[in-house]
Amino acid sequence: MIFKRPSFWLTLLLAAVFIYLPLRSNDAALREDLILVAVAIILVSNLNLMIGYTGYVNFGHIVFYGLGGYVGLYLVSARGWHLPSAALTAGVFVSICALFFGLGVLRLRGAYFALATVGILVAVHAFVSNFDPWGRSTGMYLPFEAYEPLGGAMRALWVTYYLVIAVMALSMILSLAIKRSKFGLGLFAIREDEDAAVVLGINATVYKAIIYSVSAFLPAVAGALMFYKNGMIDPSIAFEYMLSIEGIVMLMLGGQGTVIGAAMGAGLYERLRSYLLTQPRLSNFHLVIAGGLLLVVVLFASRGLIEWLYKFVPRSREVIE
Amino acid sequence: MVGAVYGLAAMGLSLIWGVMDVINLTHGSMIALGMFGMYLMFMATTGNPYALLLPILAIGLLLGILVYWLSVHWVLGRSQLMSLLSTFAVNMAVIGIGTALWSTSPYNVNFTLKGITIGDYTFTGNHIAAACSALIIALLLELFLYRTRMGKAIRAVADNREAAELMGISSTAVLAIAFGIGIALALGSGALVSTLFPFTILSGGIYQLKSFVVTVLAGLGKPLGALAAGVLLGLLEGAVTPFIAVSWIPLIEFGLFVVVLILFPRGIFGKATA
Repeated sequence: MIFKRPSFWLTLLLAAVFIYLPLRSNDAALREDLILVAVAIILVSNLNLMIGYTGYVNFGHIVFYGLGGYVGLYLVSARGWHLPSAALTAGVFVSICALFFGLGVLRLRGAYFALATVGILVAVHAFVSNFDPWGRSTGMYLPFEAYEPLGGAMRALWVTYYLVIAVMALSMILSLAIKRSKFGLGLFAIREDEDAAVVLGINATVYKAIIYSVSAFLPAVAGALMFYKNGMIDPSIAFEYMLSIEGIVMLMLGGQGTVIGAAMGAGLYERLRSYLLTQPRLSNFHLVIAGGLLLVVVLFASRGLIEWLYKFVPRSREVIE
Repeated sequence: MVGAVYGLAAMGLSLIWGVMDVINLTHGSMIALGMFGMYLMFMATTGNPYALLLPILAIGLLLGILVYWLSVHWVLGRSQLMSLLSTFAVNMAVIGIGTALWSTSPYNVNFTLKGITIGDYTFTGNHIAAACSALIIALLLELFLYRTRMGKAIRAVADNREAAELMGISSTAVLAIAFGIGIALALGSGALVSTLFPFTILSGGIYQLKSFVVTVLAGLGKPLGALAAGVLLGLLEGAVTPFIAVSWIPLIEFGLFVVVLILFPRGIFGKATA
């Protein structure tokens, strides 16, 4: 049972802290910092399902987030839907798209798949930049009235914050649930040796397509929430290639294949990036530092920070997964 | 015409892939470095930019060997994810430094050759010179690979690294040089592009993506096929431009890319054997 696992309660504790901290001080700046961390955790946890669990590198993960944002914003602004239904519809829509893509693209293996995901990202970016109902390359804006159902723009910011935290907790719980399920074991088998897994009766293509689609759902919901909060969207913000890659850096930093590790990497990297970007002297160099960091992690600590924790506190291996 | 330059960029990617099974994600930043190398040297000497290609290729070779030692050597033989990530890390660092030095504003190499007009079509001198340079470099590479001892060694290592080592070939040196040549081709194609279009430090990314498309069309690890596929892509771009808006081109290119990947994972020039 998932309730017996310490990592489950750790996740809930994390979510509770995220909710309590800005609420206590009513601090909007802190809330904005934390929402970025939460989004990073959502993206990285779901990316982890592909890279860490299944061993397939998805360079275009951000496409789910951006597409979710577009669908959500379109439903709210042009169709007058309420936020929750728009966000859920965005998630379902993007997951179905991913399933279709996945069934085709996931017949490819290894590096070919990685390249195809780059192709999907660029193709979707180009499509959205030319798609009339979504405002082509100028994107879409939300009028102020769109925030009325949530009690005005001020309250809407807090409501979306709580929703994003909820999605964050769900992402981590989803990762935990998949990790110990039969389905999850099938994914690990594919990661270790796909041919052997197929021989043992795992339908690898279906497994991969399902996890690809699952890993699209929550990022799409988060995208819809975030772009609703920001009130605007355009193709270059929604489909930022760099952000997609930074997700991989965060995952490697924390420890791929582990739930808490992925969240830890996301939180650390996101805070580090915010710090570097706000330092006038260092802001130009944040890419250099991120690149250097990634290189060091890949060369010397390919299992990420979580491995150090395991080494120094051996007991933590049983508790933190 | 532009196609030959795409082809050249893709040849570098294809060579590295073929020899060491590494998808070189530093490619884009190296193309951008080629552009800026050309710009800086052109500004310093104001000579003929096409004469500057040679030193740029030489720099590329050295830079490539450096990058090989820094990021690729240690992850060979480990999972593909590792080399993807380590080359990407170098890419990020180079782009970061480039952004800090030159910001992301556009530059251009101010140099024009007289064009030729045949019937209704006008070819600018720069396009012709760039295409010819690309073809010459491609031809030299082919001669190098098939007519010299070093080229033979590179092909041997590509075929079977263990067997090549047993024959007394130092595979590390060969890999380093092959990587250097791949990077030199990237810098060279960047330098050629810089004489055709304005560029920024980030433009390398676009050409890297085009190189992926070209390499996949040709089948990974086939340098000459890459050149042909590059020309094909250039022709395709030219052929569809009159009919649809330019902004749709990436969709067509990458749609084609994904479809070809799925239908012909070994490239349209590849053999059908598994």
